[in-house]
Amino acid sequence: MPYLVHSDEDRTSMLEAIGVKSMDDLLVDIPRSLRIKALDLPLGLSEHETMSQITSLAARNRVFPDRLTFRGGGVYRRFIPAAVAAVTSKPEFYTAYTPYQPEASQGTLQAIFEFQTLIAELTALDVANASLYDGATAVAEAAMMAHIHTGRNEIVVAGYLHPEYVEVLRAFSDGRGIKVRKGTEPGPKTAAVIFQQPDFIGLLVDAKTLTESAHAAGALAIACVDPISLAILAPPGQYGADIAVGEGQQLGLSPSYGGPHVGFISCRKELVRRLPGRLIGTAYDQQGRRGFNLALAAREQHIRREKATSNICTNHSLCALAASVYMTYMGPDGLRHVAEVGFKRAHALAERLSALPGWEPAFPDRQFLNEFPMRVANGPAVIRKLARKGILGPLDVHRWFRELKGVVTFTCTEVNDAQALDELVAALS
Amino acid sequence: MTEPLSFELSRRGALAPRLPEAGVTAPEPSQVFSQDQLRANPLDLPRLSEPELMRHYSRMASMNYSISEQFYPLGSCTMKYNPVVNEAAATLPGFADLHPYQDESTVQGALELMWRLERALCAVVGVERVTLQPAAGAHGEWTALRMISAYHHSRGDNRTEVLVPDSAHGTNPASAALSGFHVVEVKSGPDGRISLPDLESKLSPHVAALMLTNPNTLGLFEREILDIAEMVHATGAMLYYDGANLNAFMGICRPGDMGFDAVHMNLHKTFTTPHGGGGPGAGPVGVKADLVPFLPTPTVERTNGHLKLDFKRPQSIGRVRSFYGNFGMLVRAYAYIVAMGGDGLAQASRDAVLSANYLRKQVEDDLDMPHEGPCMHEFVASAHNLAPQGVRALDIAKALLDRDFYAPTVYFPLVVPEAIMVEPTETESKATLDAFAAAIKEIVAEARSNPQALHDAPRNLPVGRLDEVAAARRINAYLQGLSDDPVLRWKPAPK
Amino acid sequence: MSNERRYTKTHEWVTVDAKTVTVGITDFAQSQLGDVVFLELPSIGRKLALRESFGVIESVKAASDLYSPVAGRVTAVNDKLTSKPELINSDPYGDGWILKLELTGDLPGDLLDEAEYKKVAEAGAH
Repeated sequence: MPYLVHSDEDRTSMLEAIGVKSMDDLLVDIPRSLRIKALDLPLGLSEHETMSQITSLAARNRVFPDRLTFRGGGVYRRFIPAAVAAVTSKPEFYTAYTPYQPEASQGTLQAIFEFQTLIAELTALDVANASLYDGATAVAEAAMMAHIHTGRNEIVVAGYLHPEYVEVLRAFSDGRGIKVRKGTEPGPKTAAVIFQQPDFIGLLVDAKTLTESAHAAGALAIACVDPISLAILAPPGQYGADIAVGEGQQLGLSPSYGGPHVGFISCRKELVRRLPGRLIGTAYDQQGRRGFNLALAAREQHIRREKATSNICTNHSLCALAASVYMTYMGPDGLRHVAEVGFKRAHALAERLSALPGWEPAFPDRQFLNEFPMRVANGPAVIRKLARKGILGPLDVHRWFRELKGVVTFTCTEVNDAQALDELVAALS
Repeated sequence: MTEPLSFELSRRGALAPRLPEAGVTAPEPSQVFSQDQLRANPLDLPRLSEPELMRHYSRMASMNYSISEQFYPLGSCTMKYNPVVNEAAATLPGFADLHPYQDESTVQGALELMWRLERALCAVVGVERVTLQPAAGAHGEWTALRMISAYHHSRGDNRTEVLVPDSAHGTNPASAALSGFHVVEVKSGPDGRISLPDLESKLSPHVAALMLTNPNTLGLFEREILDIAEMVHATGAMLYYDGANLNAFMGICRPGDMGFDAVHMNLHKTFTTPHGGGGPGAGPVGVKADLVPFLPTPTVERTNGHLKLDFKRPQSIGRVRSFYGNFGMLVRAYAYIVAMGGDGLAQASRDAVLSANYLRKQVEDDLDMPHEGPCMHEFVASAHNLAPQGVRALDIAKALLDRDFYAPTVYFPLVVPEAIMVEPTETESKATLDAFAAAIKEIVAEARSNPQALHDAPRNLPVGRLDEVAAARRINAYLQGLSDDPVLRWKPAPK
Repeated sequence: MSNERRYTKTHEWVTVDAKTVTVGITDFAQSQLGDVVFLELPSIGRKLALRESFGVIESVKAASDLYSPVAGRVTAVNDKLTSKPELINSDPYGDGWILKLELTGDLPGDLLDEAEYKKVAEAGAH
């Protein structure tokens, strides 16, 4: 049997050492009526047969080439440097446990400390945590922070926040008697205003005004941001937001049918004690050597138990490591370059699409970065046609927003080369 | 050995990686966005060349202990071998490059894998359906409690309490509180198992659920589980299973048969998905018929060999995360289950129980054993017997690190003072178990002859014990504006 | 009302001076917590009910809620604890006092005296 190590001789000698006759003597506490003969599962397979089965499942999926992928909606195809997988596949990183014994976990602790610093710098806020599961739960956790900090029970969602993030926010809120309202005007009961920048359909919102109006009502401003956009666009700290959250998938993670990805959260220092999840900080040993350690652990569930802000026990450490490697590989210039290339290609594509009969920009007066909404009759048919030609076309957002009938969103990143744009336009003509 | 931070290694002149140019005619960002909308202060991220970057991370990796190199007898964590073939499986482009918003007809293989994994987990634990959405154990736990809450509400029943044993993991009461419940603790009896009289006194029509781990966090099987289930159900409450210790009895018995209504599992424990230094994992939740309507949306359905995602679930508790689950981890767990088969999983649990009892026997004279054996897949010892020497569980843990073992869980469960919780798992050889027992004996002997050596441990690692109190004080000083050192991030030295 | 210290089962102490009640945590409590690193305290003017949770005291390994031993209104908070929370460890009955309340109504009848509290502490220690 795979991965088991004891021979029958080992088992016999271990039973003898324990001083029992058989395994049944060790399982004596289990009522006879509960004992089953066998699991209702097929027998185990050889590695070859296992991989055969797995690869045939993989082969039943259609993979669109990244250069011909123009769909975003929260998950994007990007160039992932080989360095990322080379680091995350190091067994010392991927088979390590949570760093509860810091002396034996300095590699993980330092890498995540670097991640925290990178995210804090990117978002221009004071402190970031060691990561969360995804952008959706990050939004929900930030809302919970605001609720606890202000003592208020209402969260206002302003504009087009990712619809799945809103669903998760509602699920978290239901459990705690918090109301979620869509709108732009905060009130006296509002704990926070949450907005996405750029929003779910790619458009830039007036982050500064939304932040100021939240503050005027005594509420916090939570900005859900695209991490790569922050190389060009104003980061949350610049316009005074209190908490920044987002999805870090674009920072070196494969789409992988939706997960695992990585959520990030950062905040002003006044809110640090409310941060959920792990926090890593510096600490010194007796010899004055600098190390890294889990900090402010008394916030967390294993100590606060029912009084914790969050029940989160883990972070997405290996994904945060991947993001760290990506951001360090790119550096500030690489990240900026990648953001600019996406911006330029998207703007060029938008212009070319607008010139096609039947196509027009959905919101011509609004700005976008590298994701943008277009209006066309029968979006689903267009998308199917593109798929037949091997292109993963735009996202039909009418699926979530009734008022956006006929609107589809396109994304361009650095992997959509100029020729791919030609192929797309040709396929639509 | 130490390694500077990437920020400290960074050099102004280091070149950015070569990246493709846009190659199109388009405006500049500054022509489209106003000054306000653009980043004012340039990004201050490290600049490293690729050779320096790889050296940096390799050096950091070598400062880690990991299951690939060290024995990790962490109780309730099930640190078993992470099969390398699972990495190959999960990184196949046919899985890794799938966009979650691709048309269902183009991801039939992915949906089939999820459906088959769901069936397999149902078979292992004895439930009707399983949600694969939750991203982690605590996340799954909260999901289960939300379903239980929705169930009671659907019957017009407003139940406000959740019962949790005093030996429970901290996430149990935390998740319950976050689901809107008031938490009531149930005491353990002297035999380490839940006290039935105390349970009876706390059951009432206000109770929504009892949360139990079985075997419990002391590694002991709750012998009276059938009576417990009956008592709980008689009051209309539900029984929730915390699957942290599922490795104890796969193929031997099933939580569903014991009467559990919601069964939580950890793919990163029982089903070998790697811990990654603290995630990602996955926390699927199995449910019996009564809870099926409340499962998170979407579910995976199969009709005539065709798979689809079902979003039309009016009583669902909604979504608990974006998309469908930590799909990459689901692939790994599925590959493990296929390779092991029903026979392999059953043997795994048997070997896990055997190894734990064997190791317990080896050290039973060296450490206090607060409860009678046999144990299941883990046991809890106590360093209380070394109190006269001034030696604590923490000292033993640190001394083990010096001997190239990762330490067992210490100070949990809270009901045992100076607790040391040991779970060897089935993937450790007898030789490793013997070496660990020998190390324990050596440390206990040292506790008696030279306890200071244990207080000084570890001495062979990149750092010694870190002063957490001083660190907490420095954080306080920063948060109050009395200091510039943020502690929780690197900051450039002031100019 | 005399000036001698009285205690609660949740390890707070009180002294009374006319209508002003001073509150802190006991030596036993601080030894169980370990080095105190942070306190979350109420603002002046806040009204507290008997046994209402008014704050949190944190060490690196534990966090405990603080429960008001009397009903009253907060008139003073020990500001020194913001920058020197370790005063609670070094001088729990003196410089480590936590807050002062203006008493509403009478002192509760179930406050413990020195001997009774000693029994509670001994039972709690392990």
